[in-house]
This record gives sequence, C-alpha cells and structure tokens, in this order.
Amino acid sequence: MSKREYMLGNVAIARGIVEGGGQVISGYPGTPSSEIIGTLAAMQDRDFYVEWSVNEKVALEVAAGAAMTGVRSVVTMKHVGLNVAADPLMTLAYTGVKGSIVIIVADDPSCHSSQNEQDTRRYSQFSMIPCLDPVDPQEAKDMISYAFEFSNKFQMPVIFRPTTRISHGKSDVLLGPVNETKPIADFQKDLERWVMIPKNARIQHPHLLAIQRDMLAELEKSPWNSLEMHEGCKFGVIASGLASAYAKEALDNMGIDACFLKIGTYPIPEAKIRTMMDQVDTILVFEEMEPVVEEQVRIMAQQLSSPVEIIGKIQAPVPRIFELNVDVCADVLAEVLDLEKPDMPVDIGEDFEYEACRIDLPMRPPVMCPGCSHRGTFHAMKKAFGKNAIFPSDIGCYTLGIQSGTVDTTLCMGGSITVASGMYQAGETKPICCSIGDSTFFHTGMNGLLNAIYNKADITVTIVDNRTTAMTGHQPNPGMGRTATGEETSEVDLAALCRSLGAEFVKTVDPYDLERTEEVFKRAKSFKGTSVVITEQLCVIDAKRSGIRRKPFIIEADKCVGCKLCVDLGCPAIEFNLETKVASINAMCTGCAVCSHLCKFDAIMEVKK
Amino acid sequence: MSSEGISQFDLIIAGVGGQGTILASDIIGKAAVKENMSVRAAETHGMAQRGGSVVNHIRIGCELGSMIPLKGADVMLALEPSEALRYIDYLAEDGVVIVNTASIHPVTVSSGHCTYPKIDNIIAKLKESRKVIAFDATALASEAGHLQSMNVVMVGAISNYLPIPSETLLGSVKTLVPQKTVDINVKAFELGKFQL
Repeated sequence: MSKREYMLGNVAIARGIVEGGGQVISGYPGTPSSEIIGTLAAMQDRDFYVEWSVNEKVALEVAAGAAMTGVRSVVTMKHVGLNVAADPLMTLAYTGVKGSIVIIVADDPSCHSSQNEQDTRRYSQFSMIPCLDPVDPQEAKDMISYAFEFSNKFQMPVIFRPTTRISHGKSDVLLGPVNETKPIADFQKDLERWVMIPKNARIQHPHLLAIQRDMLAELEKSPWNSLEMHEGCKFGVIASGLASAYAKEALDNMGIDACFLKIGTYPIPEAKIRTMMDQVDTILVFEEMEPVVEEQVRIMAQQLSSPVEIIGKIQAPVPRIFELNVDVCADVLAEVLDLEKPDMPVDIGEDFEYEACRIDLPMRPPVMCPGCSHRGTFHAMKKAFGKNAIFPSDIGCYTLGIQSGTVDTTLCMGGSITVASGMYQAGETKPICCSIGDSTFFHTGMNGLLNAIYNKADITVTIVDNRTTAMTGHQPNPGMGRTATGEETSEVDLAALCRSLGAEFVKTVDPYDLERTEEVFKRAKSFKGTSVVITEQLCVIDAKRSGIRRKPFIIEADKCVGCKLCVDLGCPAIEFNLETKVASINAMCTGCAVCSHLCKFDAIMEVKK
Repeated sequence: MSSEGISQFDLIIAGVGGQGTILASDIIGKAAVKENMSVRAAETHGMAQRGGSVVNHIRIGCELGSMIPLKGADVMLALEPSEALRYIDYLAEDGVVIVNTASIHPVTVSSGHCTYPKIDNIIAKLKESRKVIAFDATALASEAGHLQSMNVVMVGAISNYLPIPSETLLGSVKTLVPQKTVDINVKAFELGKFQL
C-alpha cells in the first residue's frame, strides 16, 4: 500500500536511499546535506552500513571502494565538500564502478550557510559524470533509485544535486517499495580498469567520451525531463530543477502562453531542445547560479544554425547570483515580453551587517549561544595576543567569533593553520594565533599542523574542542569515541595527536577558566615555534542535553557601574539598559561564569537557591 | 493572496531561531497532509538558527515551489513583533498578521549597538497596511504551563484561518510535542484558539 508522509527533503532523500537498496553510505556533515546521513544513522533495524567519514575525499573514496566490489553506495556532502573530493571524483569517472555509486552534493544558492555559491553542475560537465537535479522532495526521493540503476547500467558514478530549498524544504511524499535485493561484495581484479596508471588512463578516457552519447540517450527517455509544446506558440521557456517550479508559477500567474521544457538531467535532453528550437522564435532559460543550460542551448543553436533568440543570464536579465524565486522570474518575463512590471518591494528580510542598524529594525545576526565556550576562548586569546595580532580562523560555530574580533580570515575547511603559516613565512611580524574546531581539525586541519611544525612556523594554533561537530547539528567525530550510529570506538586524544605530529608545546585548558586560559595563551605566544592550545569544554547544547545543569548568574544592580565589560562579551544572556546604565542577566544564562570572572566590581554572582 | 490553481493557502511564519518555528510549521504541514492536501514548505536551518532571524513558508494545496511570492501570503504568523515587520512584505495587502507582542532583543540591541522599536510603534506600523491581531502569546504559554509552548499558542490562534479542521491540528500537536508536555500544549492550543 502506498503511503503519503510529510517529510524534510533530506529525509525524503534518505528514504530514497533505503528504497533503492543502498548498502554503504558515507559522508561529511555540511549544511544543507547533513540530515541525510543523520536520518539513516538513526534508523532501527538497518540493513546497510553508514558512517560519518573524517572528510569528503575520504568519504567519496570509501563509497568508491564499496562500489568497486559491486554493491550500491552513496556519498553525501555540501557543494564545497566536492572540492575536497575532486581528486577521486575526476579519476573515478575513468575507472567507473562495478555496482553503483550516487554522489549527493547539496548546493546552497544565496549562501544561506556557505562561504561561496559554486554550482555542482559545473563538476558534472568537468568530470563528464551525469547529474540529476530535482524539482521537489518527491522527485528527489524518486531520483535516487533511478540513479542506482543508471549507475549500474553504465558502470558510472551519478551526481545527484539538491539545493537548500529541496534539502530543507518539506513536502508530502508518496513512499515507494523498498528494493530488497542486495548485491554481494565480490571484488574482481581487473588491472586495466582499477589501476589508473597512464597506460590505462589512456584507454579509459576515450571510453568515458564514447559512452556520453549513450548516457544522454538514456537520460533523454527519463521522466525527469518533460516538454510541453503549445501549437503555434513562438515563445519557449527552458527551466532546470527548482527553477522550473518558480518559472511555471510566474507563467501561470501572468497568464503567459509558452512552450515549456523542464530539465532534470545533465547532459541536457538535446532532442527535446531541438523540438522546441524548431518551433519557437525565442527561448528564455531559467536556472539558478551558473548558465550551464544556457551555454549548452547556445552551442546547440550554433551547431544547428538555428535563428532562435536565446535569453538567459550570460547577457542578463536573469540573475547569475543568489536563488531565483517566483518574483524574480515574473520580473524577467515582464522585461523580456515587454509587459508592465508588477510593483514589488525590494530589500526585505535580513542582511548580516553586524554593525548596521536599519532605521526601523535592529539587525538580528546569528550569534554564539549563551554559555558557548568559544566566547571564553576568544576573550582570553584577544587579551593575551593583543588587538594587533592576526587571527586566522576556520569553518564552524566559532566563525561567529567575527563579532569578538578574533576571526580575521575564513577561507575554507582547514584553512586556518595553513593561512597562518603562510602569513608567518611571508615575513609577517605581528603575532599570529589561529583557531580551528575539533571536527575541522580532523577534517583537513591535521595536515596543516604537520606542515606548520615541519616548516617551523612560529604561530599559535588554538583547537577549540567542544567535543562535537556543532554547527551542522552535533554529528560525532573521531575525538568523541563513538560512531555515526552511536557505537563505541577508539577516542582520539587530541593532545597526543598534536605531539605525534611534532608539536613540542601542547596545552589543554578549560576556556571557562579565563585566567588560566589567558596565561596558557601568553606562554604559547612566547614559545618559539608552532604552539598548540586546546581549549576543551563540551558544547553548551550537548551539555544541556546530557543533563549538566549549572546555577545561573545575576548582576547586583547597585554594584554595577555600567562599564559594559561583561556586555562586550556579546552573550545573549547579558542585557544593558540604556536608561539606567546598568547591565542585567536574563533567563538564557547557562551558568558558564565567564562574565563573573571579568567583572572588576564583583557585581556578578551565582544565584543562591 | 494565494492564487487559484497554484496554492489554496499560503502562510508565512516569522520568528527567532530557537522559538520553535519549525515545530509550528510541522504541526500545520503534517495536519494538512493528513487531510490529503499537498504541502510545500521552506525552512531556515543551519547558521540562522543560532538566535538569528528565521522565516518559514508553508503552502497548503500547492504542487509548485515552496517559496511564497511577495505580497502572496494569506496569513503571517509572527512569533516575535520585530520579525513581523521584517517580513511583512510577504503578506498580501488584504492578508492578516497574527503577532506575538512579547519581544526578544537581539544581541545588537542588548549590547547597545541598535535600539529596539517600541512594541506599540511596531503594531501601529503593521496596522498602517494590514489587518493585525496582536496579543501576548508568551504570557498565554506561561498560563498554559510553560513558556516554550508559545509556538503552539500561535498555532491555536491561526487554526481559525487554516483550511484544516481544528481536531486534525490538535492531533498533530499531540503527536509532535514531547509526550510529557502534551497537556500543557493542548491547553496552549486552546488558549491561542480562543484569543480570536
């Protein structure tokens, strides 16, 4: 019996992996992809293997190895994670697989939670691995089973690309049957295929090129592309993935008659595009981010000597940046068809200028939680190193330390220690102290530390160890002694690991203890060479979940002189009354006590019960 | 307003990360699916959940995209007053905004960088262009038994407008809230429902 359920897009994708008979699933957390593995790992009675890997390259290789044995595997990551995994990706296109592999890469147009807006469809073109692009959670789920079959048929990886609005959208989803047949792992030696030495690469590259036409023909028949031709209609719209839903709504709202092609696969369906080109005078292309479809349509028009006019984002008016939506599509349609533009407000919602205040509304940027230990770390760091020091940082909750003045650079995962080293090697004489989280350190920070020590960089490396991967939703990592599914495993000792990489100065402190933390930072600063300070304190959300309760603090109003030393910590639990010039602590206080160590007037104290 | 043939009912939920906007959307979305209606919803996860500004879109009886066009929502449920103002342009000119008058000051205000407008001024500003229903849902939640049930008070309030039977919504509340808080949340729902 079929069943409808209300599901998060990522939960629907996880369901698709189960329905398709996925057997080995690996990945590294990254918004908006993280809930896929989270959902699978939380399932009872699993008949598949699921892991959080230490980074995306590792995860892709684990999934590749599994698929080489003949089973069905999946790897999940966010778009920038594919940069880390690009090395195995490019050559996996040559070797192919024996079972099947689906590479799930979630894109984030508008950078809701990301450092850039890169378009994974470019990797599909680059690697010549086909890509599927869903319009909604239902299609996202259904595409996974198709991707397993396609991958197995062509012995090729398949990229599956949801975007934020798919992964973090919700919808009613019709469940399908579960594929109960599971291939048995049985690796067959085949040197020409699995050993990519130059001689074999020279065989596999032509093979990869040769199968492109066959893969296109198969994708062309798939249900993911659909063409609606209207008799006599000279205006065509091509829209891909989610943009097809926006474009459709705008067309319906405005009552515009258009031939319509919805695209869900790459390479794009050439026969359907040719059918449209034969009838219409103008083709308008809607797609989020890069002009991938538009470029292909232009190439086709040139090859076919078609006189059709192609409008998209290469020469405006469709924006090349940020998400599309119905309003943007309506605006473009009005411009292209010379219709009256609807009068619409602009500039709504939130921008993240930390210091900016709109006249009517205060900004509400995301902040570190009340009681977050990073606040203590950053305060002590700034005091020990001084405002003029350079503070390269990394990617995690602690990037929010931008408000504490202790995040001067954020480039990519693991890019803190390395950027700090480069600055030192360039001859920078200001003190350099970088920060990186525990999970990010395991991801790609370790090799940066090894490199810094090996090349004698005189910098301080701070590992802010909150014992979890907090920003993406508290996924376990190798420092925690348990796996994705909660099984016990070996717990990596961070200090011992740093020493084994060659570090001679390694100190672990509790960042709630401001005095000691500051003192350790001062010693690290004066140490000649690469020093490591590990500030260890459980993430305040995890602490609460595990039942740790600390007494909250209050400020005695008559002792408060309004110096704002505590307010400057930026803790959401501390408020300042502009009229009375007195600070107070609200109900959000978790009792970390950091502010009480700062107060020079002993005005902050534990609530006595 | 939501247009015929595209969506039956479009709802915006605005609030602050941590207030339970996602649970509020889930209660409504799940209830709609139970009534055999198709639903499309968009949520804010990740970075913006750390006390940031949050907006969810829910479209009932819709099979297209989850994002509501500007001036397209039938109702806006605002769990925090300044967030109502921030996203008001999503609400149709003849739409209704149901707003909790209890404010949460962002760090930019508590640290003295920005000022928070007077609640009365926010409500007056909203009333300039839209129909407004304003009450202190946080106080009602406290009356129900726990401050955290404020989101359910608000769902109770909007139940008068949704194309979903009240019993289905209440059933959805009972399955989605932690089991030991069911009684508090049922009371919260009723208190919200009878505000209107």
